[in-house]
Amino acid sequence: MSQPTLPHTQAEIGRPRRRIVGVQKVTGQATYAAEYTPDDLLYGYVVNATITRGTITGIDERAAREIEGVVEIIHHLRRPKLGYFDMQYSDIDAPPGSPFRPFYDAEIQFAEQPIALVVAETFEAARYAASLVEVTYDKAPFDVDLHKNLDTARKPKKGIDSILKPMPPDDYGDFDGAYAAASATYEGEVYHRSQHHNPLEMHATITVYEADGKLTIYDKTQGTTNSQIYISGVFGMKMSDVRVIAPFVGGGFGSGLRPQYQLVMSVMAALHLQRNVCVQLDREQMYTFGHRPETLQRLRFGASADGKLTAVSHEAFAETSRFEDYHEAVVNHAGMLYPVENVHLEYKLVPLDRYSPLDMRAPGGLTGVLAVETVMDQLADQLGMDPLAFRLKNYTTTDVSSGKPYSSKELRACYEQAAERFGWDQRKPTGKHPQRGNRLVGHGMASGIWDAIMLPAKATARLTTEGKLLIQCALNDCGQGAYTVMSQIAADELGLPFEDVTFEYADSKLDASPVQGGSFTTGVVGSAVKAACFALKDKIFHLAQILDGFPLGDALLPDVTFTGGEIVLNADPSVRIPFTDIIAFNKGKALEVSKTNVPNPFKIKKYARNSHAASFVEVEVDAQLGVVYVTRAVTAVAAGRIMNPQTARSQILGGMVWGIGMALREETLLDRQLGKFMNTNLAEYHIPVHADIGELDVIFVEEKDEIINDLGVKGLGEVGTISMAPAIANAIFNATGKVMTQFPVKLGDL
Amino acid sequence: MNDFAYYKATDIDGAVNAAAGPKNNYIGGGTNLIDLWKYDLAHPEKLVDLNGIDELKEITELPDGGLRLGALVTNNATAYHPIVQERYPLLSRTILAGATPQIRNAATNGGNLLQRTRCYYFYDSSSPCNKRVPGSGCPAREGHNRLHAILGYSDACIATMPSDMCVALAALEAVVRVKGPEGERCIPFIEFHRLPGEQPEKDNTLREDELILSVDLPARGFAGHHTYLKLRDRHSYAFALVSVAMGYELDGEGNISVARIALGGVAHKPWRVPAAEELLVGKSPTEDQFARAAEAILEGASGFEHNTFKIDLAHRAILRAGAMAHDPSTQRPGAKPSL
Ligand SMILES: Cc1cc2nc3c(=O)[nH]c(=O)nc-3n(C[C@H](O)[C@H](O)[C@H](O)COP(=O)(O)OP(=O)(O)OC[C@H]3O[C@@H](n4cnc5c(N)ncnc54)[C@H](O)[C@@H]3O)c2cc1C
Repeated sequence: MSQPTLPHTQAEIGRPRRRIVGVQKVTGQATYAAEYTPDDLLYGYVVNATITRGTITGIDERAAREIEGVVEIIHHLRRPKLGYFDMQYSDIDAPPGSPFRPFYDAEIQFAEQPIALVVAETFEAARYAASLVEVTYDKAPFDVDLHKNLDTARKPKKGIDSILKPMPPDDYGDFDGAYAAASATYEGEVYHRSQHHNPLEMHATITVYEADGKLTIYDKTQGTTNSQIYISGVFGMKMSDVRVIAPFVGGGFGSGLRPQYQLVMSVMAALHLQRNVCVQLDREQMYTFGHRPETLQRLRFGASADGKLTAVSHEAFAETSRFEDYHEAVVNHAGMLYPVENVHLEYKLVPLDRYSPLDMRAPGGLTGVLAVETVMDQLADQLGMDPLAFRLKNYTTTDVSSGKPYSSKELRACYEQAAERFGWDQRKPTGKHPQRGNRLVGHGMASGIWDAIMLPAKATARLTTEGKLLIQCALNDCGQGAYTVMSQIAADELGLPFEDVTFEYADSKLDASPVQGGSFTTGVVGSAVKAACFALKDKIFHLAQILDGFPLGDALLPDVTFTGGEIVLNADPSVRIPFTDIIAFNKGKALEVSKTNVPNPFKIKKYARNSHAASFVEVEVDAQLGVVYVTRAVTAVAAGRIMNPQTARSQILGGMVWGIGMALREETLLDRQLGKFMNTNLAEYHIPVHADIGELDVIFVEEKDEIINDLGVKGLGEVGTISMAPAIANAIFNATGKVMTQFPVKLGDL
Repeated sequence: MNDFAYYKATDIDGAVNAAAGPKNNYIGGGTNLIDLWKYDLAHPEKLVDLNGIDELKEITELPDGGLRLGALVTNNATAYHPIVQERYPLLSRTILAGATPQIRNAATNGGNLLQRTRCYYFYDSSSPCNKRVPGSGCPAREGHNRLHAILGYSDACIATMPSDMCVALAALEAVVRVKGPEGERCIPFIEFHRLPGEQPEKDNTLREDELILSVDLPARGFAGHHTYLKLRDRHSYAFALVSVAMGYELDGEGNISVARIALGGVAHKPWRVPAAEELLVGKSPTEDQFARAAEAILEGASGFEHNTFKIDLAHRAILRAGAMAHDPSTQRPGAKPSL
């Protein structure tokens, strides 16, 4: 008789799977926030201020109200009651300060500030009427110029956001002494303008005003729980009266990490009119809220003659608004990547008459590592060292800035495998590559580092009456593939086929979830899903132990395997208990467990926790015309266990493209005289297009991490972006001998 | 959207009659007009739709060996037309270097000639702009002027004409055939667009209600030696910072017998300097000779904070175009630099 064999218990994790919502997305069946169709829906269109600072002195609505279909015009003089305390406007991702309060009073604090909402029966009527609202102002002087106001730079206030974005450590060692004694030194600046997220889906909210006065809100957000907290705060409503739903998000990149103003306005109009209201921003309005801050960095690095980095000074000056201290970790990375003993770090904010910046893909990391890694190449050049050899010479398995060992760090393997795949041994010193026609050739590389963040999260697991698994969490997903990966984790934990797992998500009535950002979703929410499933497994097993006839005898949980919807006794695999028997034993009722996973601080706090990457890039630069082409690139990533190689690869490819944007394309042009952004559309704000992208290759190196979480997952959305941009800049240097200090590098700069 | 009247024309005279009066607009593909409308910059009271006029949708050969491109033929249909590809490959390549396939499928030849500048300040209805609101000022001079002119600008306006197609049409010496209430007339291409001077609100010399019927190409198409080189801030789907349309013919000794050079992205109109082209006649197509022509073409050029690089870039681009034009088979799609 053949023994039934035990199937592999981890069939799903590590298996390439396309996103479960992928087909819906590419066939137009996914419903985005603005696409719900509740009855009698009204449409709101936002009127933005045409001055940068001052006070509204009058709003003439007459012409707008003449337009057929206009229902109401809402603004600071006609609106529902709003919260009084700053705290009520706070959200999970809010920096310290006084959050902007839409329609609160007559004060204008930044260009394009939303000041009124025209609500009409159709979008077109609302938009046209909005163009007819006549607003008069008392103008006040303003200043939006970062460079001119560096003397006002000051340290950011500390808030809860410092947990995710730590302030730089205090100086250590003796920078001045070490810098003076260094045999090779480099001093330089790196500057980039503001950038915007540009998700394809524009921000939109539909608020459904329910018969009992409760609200159901379809919002474009990266956190349903976050929007729920925010709305209940602003309008003083009970959390349970506010339900936020957001299953599909057409790109976020950070733009949905804070509730945006269309959300408040949609709710305001719904409460005021007691009707259902849709407010969707247009493409221009997508440039009227948060953005990656314009940042100027000053670096001084020193190294010894044998190539040891001995001194690092990294200072950054970034814009923020006058009302919030948005900050990011820009200057922390050199001390984490390299074991340098003498460090001076400074991160300062310059408050200006602009809207607060907002986290945007790899906030701080992309900015800071771009500077660090381009300066590293300058030092390598001075030392006559190969850039990779220079980095290997300064390799460390301890984060010297915190004195803690890394929970795991396979950056060396990233360097080695990517270098090999790329053919780094073919690299020639600067300016020495043979020319291809008019084109100079350059090879460059850079390291990347990103935090592996752990937070508490909660999930519910239910064994349904059919013996299948339902997972619930309010988490939502901008497209990275989180729904798929959560289902994979759950399937493995309970030994069920993938098809037997359903994931219910993106609804604030489910277990609260952190926002989807920081590359922490898989580690954080995945751990909660795993914990909930494990608890459910335990519960199932306890019932199985007391089934009639005690088929499992005195077996304990480790003595059985959950597989194929059955509990199988390891010692005698012919003993199998289908989940449906358990349900029957439970009188036909489903089994459910909710579990909060709280990371063990004693365990993880002892370690530095980061994912790493290395990018190798070839560029061609037209010697006569200065046109730059990224012809090929390889990125290797060490991010713990790779749950789904297909969605993971897509994340890194997207990150590499984003790196091309950072290095060569993206910037929002701020007019200093007018105080506002000028290239506010997708024709004039240049995101890379296909023609800008050469051959891209992704490697995942093996990395085991037993510290970070039970899954061994670190997250990888952002790390692939970070190493790419400096690698491009370094390749340009290798081709041309010119040091890149302003990004993006544009035609005319070379 | 404001209320407006809509008239679907089926013949030329019907269209011209319907369009008489201010604030009446013809509409071709609508890729520019509808954008301007949405941006609150255009407010037509009557829209005269040209898409029902079949006789404007044809490409026909002319008795003098030239080719007539109907005003309602789309940009893509023009670029892929076999006669255009064979005899006017410069025009075909130039059109294909512009916009995106989707836009080119909708955009018409008539509309392309009349597309408005991409100056940021022009598009922002709350900024001052002399082109949009005469006398209100020009923030571009002190502001973001990377896209802006280095030649032929005025105190009032430094905007550029954004079209690619028009740069090739200028080099090809096309003629624009138009009809208005007073009848038909022909405008040589180089006189079609104008410099801003004191009237930046006027992009061209077309009269208020005149209809573009066709763009007529002369027989000479420079199929042997031509290029369109487009330099821009990304490799596709971006307007030219500097572009060069060049065509020349060589005599038995390999010397240039006739040459045409037009620049895009540098002025309020495609920039041509016939005297500079004359310098090349009888000369061999070498870098030195093109450098002399480039100097003459760019004489008097001066820039602003963000666009001065375009003077040197245009010079280099002319040299490269001269080399690229010699053997068009080496050229890359999208008018990217080759060689
Ligand atoms: C995002 C974007 C990117 C672009 N990129 C490029 C680029 O890289 N290079 C480039 O060259 N172009 C580019 N374009 C511009 C595009 O080529 C023009 O929008 C298009 O050619 C206009 O043609 P249309 O038929 O759509 O004009 P419409 O929008 O229909 O009309 C434009 C104007 O012409 C008038 N008009 C139209 N037909 C006639 C006629 N027969 N007689 C008289 N008046 C007429 C209309 O009244 C209107 O004022 C881009 C456009 C967009 C939107």
